[in-house]
Amino acid sequence: MSADHVERLRREGRIVIVGASLAGLRAAETLRAEGFAGDLTLIGDEPCEPYDRPPLSKSALLGMASPLRTELPRRREIDAKWRLGVAATGLDLAAKRVRLADGDEVEYDRLLIATGVRARPWFNEEEARLDGVCVLRTRQDAADLARRLKAGPRRVFVIGAGFAGSEVASACRETGLPVSMAERAAAPLVGALGGVVGAVAADLATEHGVDLRTHVTVTALEGDTVGRVRAVHLSDESVVEADVVVVSLGSLRNTEWLAGSGLGAGPRGIACDAGCRAFDFRGIVTDDVFVAGDVARSPHALFGYQFLSLEHWGNAVAQAETAAHNMICDGADRRPHLWMPAFWSSMFGVNIKSVGVPPMGEQLMITQGSLAERRFVGVYGHQGRIVAAVTFDNARWLEFYQRQIERGAPFPVEFSTPDRRPEGRQPVPAGFPDPSLPTHGPMVTLTGYSPADQQLVFHPARH
Amino acid sequence: MRLVVDLNKCQGYAQCAFLAPDVFAMHGEEALIYDPCPQEEQRERVARAVAACPVRAITADGLHRAGGTQEASDVR
Repeated sequence: MSADHVERLRREGRIVIVGASLAGLRAAETLRAEGFAGDLTLIGDEPCEPYDRPPLSKSALLGMASPLRTELPRRREIDAKWRLGVAATGLDLAAKRVRLADGDEVEYDRLLIATGVRARPWFNEEEARLDGVCVLRTRQDAADLARRLKAGPRRVFVIGAGFAGSEVASACRETGLPVSMAERAAAPLVGALGGVVGAVAADLATEHGVDLRTHVTVTALEGDTVGRVRAVHLSDESVVEADVVVVSLGSLRNTEWLAGSGLGAGPRGIACDAGCRAFDFRGIVTDDVFVAGDVARSPHALFGYQFLSLEHWGNAVAQAETAAHNMICDGADRRPHLWMPAFWSSMFGVNIKSVGVPPMGEQLMITQGSLAERRFVGVYGHQGRIVAAVTFDNARWLEFYQRQIERGAPFPVEFSTPDRRPEGRQPVPAGFPDPSLPTHGPMVTLTGYSPADQQLVFHPARH
Repeated sequence: MRLVVDLNKCQGYAQCAFLAPDVFAMHGEEALIYDPCPQEEQRERVARAVAACPVRAITADGLHRAGGTQEASDVR
């Protein structure tokens, strides 16, 4: 592409962003910050301006913030046309047009797709419609749930003990509500952090009064005569009476609107190169369609070039910034998106943070602190090197471990650390479930194999 | 006034919770919770909290009265 073409694009081009949330907003700001002076359009299916989600399962449920007032601060003016409350319904790659639900069409020279994910609904539609059955993803979801919790239900039932489910259970206990939580695996957080760390999360929940039920699935939700949920039936044949049920079974990627477009989009997200350029269904990279945030999956050099799909707040920001930069640059000026995966959560008063890709690790060492004290650093190893670290109330060490991951430091951990206990001198199996078994809500989806591996082992998605 | 804390960056120094306790609070020993849309009368305190954060984890808009136009004038 000629320099003239890029110069004209920057001056008078048309850029369309589909998805008006964290990634979409930060991309728009970056485009303007880097000198894009053309037409900018943001399309979002929700009727409101971009808002932040992490407070929805924490401060909003604790009554510290209004779930309807979490709009994201602006880093700068973006002078955009906003098409809010209208979903994108189709994409014509050849004609460079986005179709909207209201029948309108928007033309682009460059397109950024940041449509994110949505909550996985309860599988039985009739039961999902019962009054009192909730999901938690949008701010309207949070407002509904906060209102129901405030009304003082006799018992709340959380289906799925991932991060979101555990945070809801934690907020319930903190506000004095009886809560039960059901999980198919042996413990909470097992899909994201493995069974060893999951056992700590299980103890935390139980000690704070959560009625935790593991190795079970919910088989049915029972309603009363006026259509309100009244009980939850479990696979161990027990029945729990509850009048609020929170379905927390992970998320679905918003890619259906791209069906038939020719883009490489599907249930696992939209594949793109490290420069955030989307692949078409033939595996050929596009040059005018970019992807960022939860809906994207891109190869990462540090993790064996596996295509990582990250539902992480920081990834949405970093990938949006890189995608926006690359959208208005020529080849050599483009940057790869090689962000170090990182997330946080807090539950039952404990700060949980992680860097790297824990589910990639087969083994775990507790290199500082101890599991029993719920204050520790856990390091995950894969094929002889460090690939991730998790901390419980020990976050200040994470930067150090991030550098170990970046330099491919050997595993088992050889360097000495303060507060190393006897239990942390030998690696143990990290206890991730068999990846061929379905689990809900992965924070990270590994969807490829590493070309560096001596033996090619296919890692199915942890859906 | 709107704010967001990058909790990847946040190291729990608690300067914000000290300077603007109605907006920021420690939840347990090192987790932070906050009100993303504080009351107007918190403006000065929030500005001090933003400036005092050792890791620059807080982003806020509408902090400066003169710069009030920064707030979403382009939203329809």
